Amino acid sequence: MTHSPPAASVLSVRDVCKTYAGRQILERVSIELAAGSFLAVVGPTGCGKTTFLRMLMSEEVPTSGTIALDGRKLPDEPTADRGVVFQRYSVFPHLTVLGNAVLPLELAAAPRFGRLFGAARRRAEATASAMLEHVGLGPAAALYPAQLSGGMQQRLALAQALIRQPRVLLLDEPFSALDPGTRADIHALTRRLWQETGMTVVMVTHDISEAFSLGTRVIVFERPIPDDAKRGARITHDIPVRRRTQRQPAALPLTPASLTAAPLTACPPAACPPAT
Amino acid sequence: MRLINRTPPARLDLVLKAAPFVLLALAYTIAAIARHDANAGDKVLPTLGQMIGGVREMLFTRDLATGQYLMLADTIASLRRLLSGLGLAVVISFTLGIVVGMIPYAKRLLLPFITALSMVPPLAILPILFILAGIGETAKIALIALGTAPYMLRDLVLRVEELPRPQLIKAQTLGASSWQIALRIVIPQMLPRLIDGVRLSLGPAWLYVISAEAIAAQDGLGYRIFLVRRYFAMDIIIPYVLWITLLAYIFDLALRALQTAAFPWFAEAGRQ
Repeated sequence: MTHSPPAASVLSVRDVCKTYAGRQILERVSIELAAGSFLAVVGPTGCGKTTFLRMLMSEEVPTSGTIALDGRKLPDEPTADRGVVFQRYSVFPHLTVLGNAVLPLELAAAPRFGRLFGAARRRAEATASAMLEHVGLGPAAALYPAQLSGGMQQRLALAQALIRQPRVLLLDEPFSALDPGTRADIHALTRRLWQETGMTVVMVTHDISEAFSLGTRVIVFERPIPDDAKRGARITHDIPVRRRTQRQPAALPLTPASLTAAPLTACPPAACPPAT
Repeated sequence: MRLINRTPPARLDLVLKAAPFVLLALAYTIAAIARHDANAGDKVLPTLGQMIGGVREMLFTRDLATGQYLMLADTIASLRRLLSGLGLAVVISFTLGIVVGMIPYAKRLLLPFITALSMVPPLAILPILFILAGIGETAKIALIALGTAPYMLRDLVLRVEELPRPQLIKAQTLGASSWQIALRIVIPQMLPRLIDGVRLSLGPAWLYVISAEAIAAQDGLGYRIFLVRRYFAMDIIIPYVLWITLLAYIFDLALRALQTAAFPWFAEAGRQ
């Protein structure tokens, strides 16, 4: 396996397997992700899509196989090149909205104390305020996260994750705890931020319409034989999504039937090392 | 309506809260009057008047031997021991708690040891402390610190472990080093929890102050109580006990007020 990934590939996942206590979670997962794409990962509960995302953020390490970012193997711990937004606990409860947005800049500029003072702090606060303004949190700058609605907390989490412009943004079911109206707003915001930054996004979701309305590419994780501990989930569908219009507000009408009709990647036979 | 759904109306609130206190005072007064009716020289249950007399003497009369106002001197001596011991325990347990809670190597190395150490009954090693450090202040402060630190330390380790894992991952994706995570994420969130730990440790801390003073001291609230016990001086013992309780209660209120004022986000986040 010495062939180099395509030039535009940001993330390159090769033959990744993951076993957990003798249970095969993922089996030979391979995917090349082009720069600037918005990959949506869907699949039933327990199919390993979150495990896949955790490996992308180095919270977990593949049992075998490799993941490369810009052609280099991922480090074994989370780093600033991969931003992340979780479903919950993404922002820091003890910092104000502005404090949360300034924090990444402070961490970068002040290795000793993690805190900026004086003119440097005012400059960082100006940058952070502009970002907050941009995501519609300007008036909430002085509030603590607990005083925000769920949607506003996730806006803040997005702003915080994006302020240092990571190479890849990883989203772990970021909007699934929100009510439908709020979700539509934050979808629009996410799409706008993605278009403006041109960043590569990987989003795990169980909401198929969300996957198709935001993603430029949708992959489906599924176990070939459900409840078989020896067989892990694989990518069973890899669907490019073409926008019919520039900004398509509504999701594509999608049913499981139309899903199976979508192009299917070849499923290689299981070739993972024996579970340990 | 079910008992669990019945809440007292606002006007009953204060009445209910005050009732046990009033009842206890009332029961005491009746018992004291009854005993004094039977025997005018009773010393076991002094009347309110006798206790006021006792306190007045302790407050406003200089001691013949030392020339001090005893109740004031006792209070200062006990508080100094309490605050030194508790302060020492807070510094040790907070530093170690953060380190052990955050760093897996430190946890493997120290947590079993700390857990075993916390099972040593502090009063059982008081003789060792007296032998090692003499019967001066050092042994007493060490007893209070040894008695309260293990609990606060283990509590803090648990609190650090309770921090949602996504928070720590998120901090790392923002480029934070271990040191920065400690400074900006963990320590600020542990400070209000430390205050809770100190509040719960106040009771044990007073226990060790009184114990140490009862065994070897020349002053202090506990020393005085155990000294005047020889004369059945209940008119001094009871006010002293009430005074210690009041001090502990004020400390608790002050710590709670400090928590609310210094960490406005804490109560808010707890409600979520």
